[in-house]
Amino acid sequence: MAAVLVLLLLLAAGPGPGRADAGRERRDALREELLLSPLPTGDVAATFQFRTRWDADLQRGSGTDHHLLRYAVLPREVVCTENLTPWKKLLPCGSKAGLAVLLKAERLFHSSYHSQAVHIRPICRDASCLAVSWELRQTLTVVFDFFSSGQGKKDWSLFKMFSRTLTETCPLASQSKVYVDISPKNKENELLEVSPPPTSVHEAIVQGDKKTYAVYDLLSPSLFNTSRSLNVQLKWQRPQDSSEMPIPILHAQRYVGGYGLQTGEICTLIYNTHPYRAFPVILLETVPWYLRLYVHTLTIITKGKENKPSYIHYEPAQDRRRPHLLEMLIQLPANSVTKITIQFERALLKWTEYPPDPNHGFYVGSSVLSALVPSVTAMKNMDVEQSPLFTSLFPSSDGSSYFVRLYTEPLLVNLPTPDFSMPYNVICLTCTVVAVCYGSFYNLLTRTFHVEEPSRGGLAKRLANVIRKFRGVPPL
Amino acid sequence: MVAAVALAADEAERARGRRAALSFATIAVVLGLPLWWKTTETYRAALPYADIDGLAQQPVQLVVPMAVVFGPGSVPGDLPRPLPFRDVQEMEISVNLRASVTSRYEMRYRSTTGQEEAALAAATAREADAALHLLQDTTLGSLTMYVVPETSSLLPQGINVYVGKHRSALVRAVGSLAALKARLREVTQVMSFTAGSIAAALSDRVPDSQLSPDARRYLKSSLGYEITFSLLNPDPKSHTVDWDIEGAVNRYVRPVLDKLSLVANFSVDSQILYYAVLGVTPRYDKESSSFLLSAHSLPHVINPVEARLGSSAASLYPVLNFLLYVPERSHSPLYIQDKDGAPVSTNAFHSPRWGGIMVYNVEAPASPQASLPLHVDVDMARVMEVFLAQLRLLFGLSREEVPPEFLLEGPGNEGLADWELDHLLWAHTVENIATVSTTLTSLAQLLDKIGNIVIKDDVASEVGLGHPEVYQAVASVQSAVTKLSLGNLHAAFQASKEAVTSSERAFFDPSLLHLLYFPDDQKFAIYIPLFLPMAVPILLSLAKIVRETRLRKKEPTKMD
Repeated sequence: MAAVLVLLLLLAAGPGPGRADAGRERRDALREELLLSPLPTGDVAATFQFRTRWDADLQRGSGTDHHLLRYAVLPREVVCTENLTPWKKLLPCGSKAGLAVLLKAERLFHSSYHSQAVHIRPICRDASCLAVSWELRQTLTVVFDFFSSGQGKKDWSLFKMFSRTLTETCPLASQSKVYVDISPKNKENELLEVSPPPTSVHEAIVQGDKKTYAVYDLLSPSLFNTSRSLNVQLKWQRPQDSSEMPIPILHAQRYVGGYGLQTGEICTLIYNTHPYRAFPVILLETVPWYLRLYVHTLTIITKGKENKPSYIHYEPAQDRRRPHLLEMLIQLPANSVTKITIQFERALLKWTEYPPDPNHGFYVGSSVLSALVPSVTAMKNMDVEQSPLFTSLFPSSDGSSYFVRLYTEPLLVNLPTPDFSMPYNVICLTCTVVAVCYGSFYNLLTRTFHVEEPSRGGLAKRLANVIRKFRGVPPL
Repeated sequence: MVAAVALAADEAERARGRRAALSFATIAVVLGLPLWWKTTETYRAALPYADIDGLAQQPVQLVVPMAVVFGPGSVPGDLPRPLPFRDVQEMEISVNLRASVTSRYEMRYRSTTGQEEAALAAATAREADAALHLLQDTTLGSLTMYVVPETSSLLPQGINVYVGKHRSALVRAVGSLAALKARLREVTQVMSFTAGSIAAALSDRVPDSQLSPDARRYLKSSLGYEITFSLLNPDPKSHTVDWDIEGAVNRYVRPVLDKLSLVANFSVDSQILYYAVLGVTPRYDKESSSFLLSAHSLPHVINPVEARLGSSAASLYPVLNFLLYVPERSHSPLYIQDKDGAPVSTNAFHSPRWGGIMVYNVEAPASPQASLPLHVDVDMARVMEVFLAQLRLLFGLSREEVPPEFLLEGPGNEGLADWELDHLLWAHTVENIATVSTTLTSLAQLLDKIGNIVIKDDVASEVGLGHPEVYQAVASVQSAVTKLSLGNLHAAFQASKEAVTSSERAFFDPSLLHLLYFPDDQKFAIYIPLFLPMAVPILLSLAKIVRETRLRKKEPTKMD
C-alpha cells in the first residue's frame, strides 16, 4: 500500500472566479459531494469535496500584498489519522451527519492511495467584486483496490468501501450529492448497473472527456422515503475485458540523474500527448539550498532541438535561509516530450543540521506544472455555481481549454553524510598513538640498565644450535 | 671490586629510574589532569546565583501615594499638627513566604482648594466625582480621598463611603482622627489591594489553608490572553441560531479590553460549533417540565466540549472560553441548579481559569407544527452581560466583598473603573515578581544540578549580565521592586513584564539542550585509550617503589 499524502494550503493571490448565489439565507453555506469513479484498472476512486463559504471581512483594505505571499512545501509526511482528525473538525457537521459519516479513518487509510487537501481563497461576492467572501474547500481522495481484495470481482458498494451507509443529511448543507461515474467505456453497450436508481443523470465534460454521472441528491425527500439509508451499489453486467489505460494529455515525470556524490542532475520530462495542439506550461521548481543549482547548465530539449523558454524567473538560494526558486514558461509542441535538466552540486551541512537517519537521503519537494490544456471535445460554458464541485475549483474560462495543475513526484537525494562517530574515533586513535609513544618513552626513562654476563644465548641462537647439531656442523 | 662498582652503578641507575617514574607521576597529576579537564569541559557562562537567591528573599514594599483632602467643616478636632502634613501607615501582609510583602500608605493631609470646594458643592456624588476627576493626580496607583462633613447631603442616607469611577472616593467624616483613619484604611484596601488579593496573586506559592476559595479562580498573570466566544448548537436540525458576535464584541467587550490593554494583549475570536454536546445528560423535572443540570454534574460538562474548541493548541497565551449553549430541542428548556437546588438566575456558570458557559434556552414555538428548523436570533445584550461579569470575575474584579456602607459607582461605558485597573496592576506586578524569582531559582537549580548543560553567554544575559538573559531578568525584577517602593505602579508593572519575558526566554533557551545528552561517563569512556596505558605503568612503578622502600627499611637489620 503506497499511501501518498499531498497536504496543500493554497492561498490564492487574488479573488478567484465564481460568485455567491443570490438570495442566500445563511452567512455560511456548505455544499458537499462525493464522486465515485471506477478506474480502468478495476480500482474505485472516491473523492469527497466540501465547500464552506462565509462572508467575513478578513481581508480588509483593497488588493493583496504580494510581499506576504508564501509558498511552502513539505516534501514528505507519513499520513495517519492525525492528519484526518483536524481536517474533519473543519467540517460544520463534523462527522456526525451528511457525507462525512463515511469518513472512517480505518477504512480511509487502508487504501492504495490517499490524498487530502485544504484550499482557502477569497471569492467575489458579486460581479463588481467590491466585497469578498471566503471559501474553504476540503477534498479527500482515496482509491480502493477491489480487484485484489474482492476475489476478482469488481462489484462494489458504499458499505463495502466505507463500512457505513448514508443515513441522514447535514442540516447545514445547501447541497449534498453523490455522483457515480457511469460513462460507457465503449459506445456499443452499457456495462454498468447502479442501484438504487439515481435521482437524475448529469452529463459533463471533465478535463476534456465526456462523462455521464448518476446523481443521488441527498436533500431530495424522495431518496430516503423508500429506505432509511442509501447504499449505492455498482455491478458490472459482464466481466469487463481489461481496457487500456487512457493517457492524459499532460503528464510529467521527474528523477535525479548523475552518479557519484559530487554532481547530480535533476531531470524533468513533460509529455504533451495532444495530437495537434501545442500549449504553454508553467513549471515552478523549489530546490533546497543544500543542492547548489548551476543555472548555466539548464537545458530544455524538445524533439532533439533546444526549446527556449519564453520566461524565466530565478531566485538563487541563500544558505540556511531561502531555497532556489525557478519558474519557467515553456511551450510544449504537439505530441512531444520535453526534457529539462539542471545540474547541481551537493553542499555539506553542519553536523548538527543532519536529521535522524541521514543516510536515508533528503527529500526535494515536487515541482508544480500549471497549464491550460486544450480540450479535444468542445465544452459548453457552464454556470460555475450550478455545476458539481469537482469541476468548479478551477473552472474553464472559455470552452476550448481546461486548467490542470500537476505535482511531480518528490525526489530523494543522497547528500554526503559524515561518519558521525568520527570525532570519537579520532580521539580514540590519537589517544592510542599518544599512549604508544608515551609507553616507549616511559620505558626508556624509567628502566634500569645494568651490564649482564653473556649467557647461553637467546632462543634464536639455541634454535640455530639445535639445527646445526642435526646438520653436524659445530655450534655457534 | 668490580662487583662493588657495578653494584653501586646499578643502585644509582635504579634510583634514577625511581626518580623518573616519580616525576612522570607528578607531571601526569599536576599538569596532565588539569589540562585535560580544562580542554574537555563544557562552556558555562557565570550565572548570578547570589542575585537569584537574593530575589526570593527580597522584601517587596507596595507604596500607595494617597491624598486625604478635608472639605470645610470636616476636619477632625484631634489633628496632631495643623494642615497640611504627611503621615505614613505601614502594614505587614503575611503570605508565609520567605520574602515579606509590606504595604505602605504615604498619606498627605491637606484641606480643599477653592476649585475642589466648588466641585464638592455639586448636588450628587456622581457629579462631584466627575468634577473632581479633572483636578486629580491621575498617575496609576495613586488615590485621593475627599472627606466631607458628617451632615453632608452628597452621600445618601446610610452610606459613608462613595467610590467613584476614577481614583477618588468621598468619605463621610467621623469624630476622631483614629476613627477616620480606620475608615480610610478600609477604602484604600478596596481601591488598591487587600492581603487577600495579594495572597491570591501568589496563590501558587502560598499554602492552601491561607487562601480563600476564590483565590484560585483568578487568571494567572500573562503577557496576553486569548478570548474565544463559541456558540454551541448541538441540534442544527431544529435550531438555526444566529448571533451578531462581531457587533456585540465591539459594543460590550472592546471598551473593557481597551482599558485592560495596559495589563496585557488581548485577542478575540469567535466560532460556531454544531453537534457539540455537553457530556452530561440533564435530569427531567416533572414539576416545571424542564430539564435540570445540577451543580455537582457541571465539572463533567466541559471536557467533551473542550476537545472541539481547539483553540488552546494554537496560542501561546492562556485561552478564556465563553460558550453559549443552545440546548437540543429534546432537552429544552434546560436550567442550571445551584448547590441548594434552586435554579441559577443567569443560567450560567464559570470554571476557574478556564472561562464560562451560559445556557440559552429557545422559547418553544407557539404551535407544535411550526416548521423546523426554528430560527433563533440571540439577544446579545443578555448574553454579553453574563460573559462580561464572568470576565471580571476571572480577573478578580468582583465587587462582592464590599462593606454595606460603601457605594461603588458603576464603571459606565468603559466597563472598568480606574481603581479596578490599579487593583489588577498591583496584583499582577506582585505575581510577576514572584514568578520571575521562581523561574530563575528553578533555572539556577537545574543548571546547578546538571553539569553538562552548555550555558551560552546570551542565555546568561536574560537573567542579568553574565547570563545576558538571566542578568536582564534580575535587573528588571530589581527595578520593578524599586519602582514599587517609590510608588510608581505603572513603571513597576512594565519592568515586571520585561522580567517575565527575559526569564521565560532564558528558561526555554534552546541552546541549553544542545549537549545535554553527552554525559560524563561517555566522556571518560572515550579517553580510556589514553588513560589506561598511561596510568597502568605509573601505578605499577609507584607500587614497585613503595615495595622497594619497604624492603630497604627492613634490609639494614638483616645485613648486620
